[in-house]
Amino acid sequence: MTSLNIYPEFKHTDPATQTRKDFVTDQDVRWCPGCGDYSILAQVQRVMPTLGIPRENYVFVSGIGCSSRFPYYMETYGIHSIHGRAPAVATGIKAMRPDLSVWVITGDGDALSIGGNHFMHVLRRNVDLKLLLFNNQIYGLTKGQYSPTSPVGTKAKSTPMGSIDYPIDPVSLALGANATFVARSLDVHAGHLQRVLKRAADHKGTAFVEIYQNCNIFNDGAFDALTDKETKSDTVIEIEHGKPMRFGKNLEKGIALGEGMRPKIVDVASYGEDKLLVHDEQSEVCGLLVSRLQAPHFPTPIGVFHAVSRPSYDQLLVEQLDRAKTQKRTRVQDLLNDGQWTVK
Amino acid sequence: MHKAVETVSTVAIRFAGDSGDGMQVTGSQFTDTTGLAGNDLATFPDFPAEIRAPAGSLAGVSGFQIKFSSEAVFTPGDAPDVLVAMNPAALKVNLKDLKPGGLLILNSEAFNAKNFERAGYTKSPLEDGSLKGFKLFQADITGMTLKAVEELKLNNRAAVRCKNFFALGLVYWLYNREMHYTVTWIAEKFKDPTTREANLRALKAGYHFGETAELFDRNYEIKPAKIEPGNYRNIAGNEALSLGFLAAAELSGLSLFLGSYPITPASDILHELARYKNLGVRTFQAEDEIAAICSAIGAAYSGALALTTTSGPGLALKGEGMGLALMLELPLVIVDVQRAGPSTGMPTKTEQADLMQAMYGRNGEAPLPVIAAKSPGDCFYTAIEACRMAITHMIPVILLSDGFVANSAEPWRVPDMSKLPPIKVRFHTEQKDFAPYARDEHLARPWALPGTPGLEHRIGGIEKQHLTGNISYDAANHEFMCKLRAERVQKIADSLPPTEINGDASGELLVIGWGDSYGAIRAGVENVRAGGAKVGHVHLRWINPFPNDLGDIMKRYKRVLVPELNLGQLVKLIRARYLVDARSFPKIQGQPFKEQEIIAAIKQQLESN
Repeated sequence: MTSLNIYPEFKHTDPATQTRKDFVTDQDVRWCPGCGDYSILAQVQRVMPTLGIPRENYVFVSGIGCSSRFPYYMETYGIHSIHGRAPAVATGIKAMRPDLSVWVITGDGDALSIGGNHFMHVLRRNVDLKLLLFNNQIYGLTKGQYSPTSPVGTKAKSTPMGSIDYPIDPVSLALGANATFVARSLDVHAGHLQRVLKRAADHKGTAFVEIYQNCNIFNDGAFDALTDKETKSDTVIEIEHGKPMRFGKNLEKGIALGEGMRPKIVDVASYGEDKLLVHDEQSEVCGLLVSRLQAPHFPTPIGVFHAVSRPSYDQLLVEQLDRAKTQKRTRVQDLLNDGQWTVK
Repeated sequence: MHKAVETVSTVAIRFAGDSGDGMQVTGSQFTDTTGLAGNDLATFPDFPAEIRAPAGSLAGVSGFQIKFSSEAVFTPGDAPDVLVAMNPAALKVNLKDLKPGGLLILNSEAFNAKNFERAGYTKSPLEDGSLKGFKLFQADITGMTLKAVEELKLNNRAAVRCKNFFALGLVYWLYNREMHYTVTWIAEKFKDPTTREANLRALKAGYHFGETAELFDRNYEIKPAKIEPGNYRNIAGNEALSLGFLAAAELSGLSLFLGSYPITPASDILHELARYKNLGVRTFQAEDEIAAICSAIGAAYSGALALTTTSGPGLALKGEGMGLALMLELPLVIVDVQRAGPSTGMPTKTEQADLMQAMYGRNGEAPLPVIAAKSPGDCFYTAIEACRMAITHMIPVILLSDGFVANSAEPWRVPDMSKLPPIKVRFHTEQKDFAPYARDEHLARPWALPGTPGLEHRIGGIEKQHLTGNISYDAANHEFMCKLRAERVQKIADSLPPTEINGDASGELLVIGWGDSYGAIRAGVENVRAGGAKVGHVHLRWINPFPNDLGDIMKRYKRVLVPELNLGQLVKLIRARYLVDARSFPKIQGQPFKEQEIIAAIKQQLESN
């Protein structure tokens, strides 16, 4: 539009020299001691230097809640915005600046309750940003009310007789919103979480990662069954693209489809591995089906549910801008002159 | 037959019909043609919210009024000289406004028993004596339109739809207008050749009917107005706002970003700017009003000239976002094209009742600059001014327009972009001693874009420590920051030019207005001054902050009168700030002020000495 080029150009820092320390701020971390957020912060700070992106090109955007303090602890650009709206703020950033790596940090209340609308729309638009949802199934910052992911019957400050509303499954919801990348991991499962974060970072489009996170103050032990050494092999199933769905201490159990497309747990040895459900992350139907495997009847799946390629919102926007540039009339004066007449 | 031509100086015409009758098209075509003819003019489109209300009903009546003249025109006119009514409902709604002795043109075909009933007439108005005192012309506009397009074999519905062009053609003849502008417009507008031809034929048939039928014994001529030489065009408020933002982007070198959610009467700005991707404009139709402002905040943070556009209900939803933008201290323009409230109110009707919401509609001490546009053409300069202040002061600015300014049109001197001062942008890149909330001479903080090496920093809605921007709950710091944020708004006043006074620079009465009442107040003040009264008129562009000289100006008059389309909002601000006994002249009917209402209010003040 203009001959002015006012936007500064930079010699970027070399990402190869970056280490975890470069992503740690001088601010005191103010989460409660023992909070699952510490582990997530550590894994994110470990993954950042491996992505080949100069530190100054990262932007972390959050809403409100315990998880949303996250940007203050990342030595990157960051905005701590308002409750539920981080996806909208991040969309504006990415629409203007596709060159930036934009990460949204949110929680179950922030993303699914007050910000449910933005959550759905950022996913369907496929804006190229990473959306990490710390799900602790409770409101922490407001001191212990049940959340939209709390199980029915949750006794919390606002539900002394137990909650009566049915929870949302964020993974199924994301798939229903036509998300192109949907994954789940656990705060204390450091290696798994790092692998999932890396895949999310490499995904072009909205990458949604639900991270089960323990709130040791208001909802301690919510995910114990999934993290306890004794039980986790039976309660968690790690899904991987192209692999049959197996779990158990010795992977002796598997998931197969029964009548009416109903999933069922089978004994691998007697049922036959070749008849097990094979995870296909490119199949929407498979992703949705696997997302419906829920406790207590099924092990909880973790890993990448769905990953497909679809042009991102910002990419399509830039394409339209580029295409439009070939049109004439690029000066405002031309538009002002439209339909003018001269008075002499 | 040779007919007489009578020269008149000023005429106001109102076209009225069903909301599907094309009255707005008829009106805007007449407007463009009249602008080209060199008259000064002002228009007032007045339409219902329903896209198609039940045919023939009072609720479905859509009107378009234009006043044009060989003299200066400030308002679309209180009472029309001519009323074109396409059906009984249009007659019933509008007849009360027609001047005594005015011209009344009726589409006789539509004046039948069924339509009388739909309009709630128990007796035909043609027979009940209610049209006495007007010059009545009945023309079978529908029938003649059907006849004109007969050969084209259109279905009846499509053929009937051409009747607004017949009416337009007739009025073109009546006021000696050239048809070529509309002929060209029809040729470009209608892609289907049969429809195009049908509308052209209807237009010409209407014109020729006026010329040849014995209905009218004369037509009228309005000489061109004495207008300063230059290039002119017609412009409506929303269009001018859009062009103003495009101009501000060009003057600053910034890329324009608009985050918006459709809402009447602001949507046209989104539509208009969406057309200019070739100028690098990014428009984002958000999922709601909140996402609209939040996306704009994200864009501003990233270096855009960022906007969000809405109307009153949307401004309410943006409240928390505005508070965030204020805390982040990012440049942002929030446009509120006001409509009649509260709640859903009357979406297509005008009002100025969002002023207090703009001033105070946020939690905490959250002052924001507020600027208002006074006329369609003024929207262009108001948009540039809002952007300039937002960028220079790193502050969100609320720009108030309203339904009347947004949709009405006036001839407008085309600005020369090369004569407009550039808007200086300074992105911060220096790493040494960088502090996110350091202050420059305007008390603005540095605009440090993400991607700048070494300036990584975090900002947010939590109270922040002066200079560093770190989270702070310190008591003294909070009070300091609240005062600082108020002072930041006040700083804008230091760069405003001396306030312009129309009329007498001192005297008996000062009339202070803002927004769309400009034309009516200007005309009203001129009128009473012609009678010898010493009256001045100040029209505020900035309401927050008030101009520094406003207090002194008020002291030069015995009284102050504040007309507003609300129950008295600006008047409260003025009384609170200056402790003057300013009097309110409120009106809240969804309609703009009439010149006569202003005159009466002024006279009442002058007489109550």
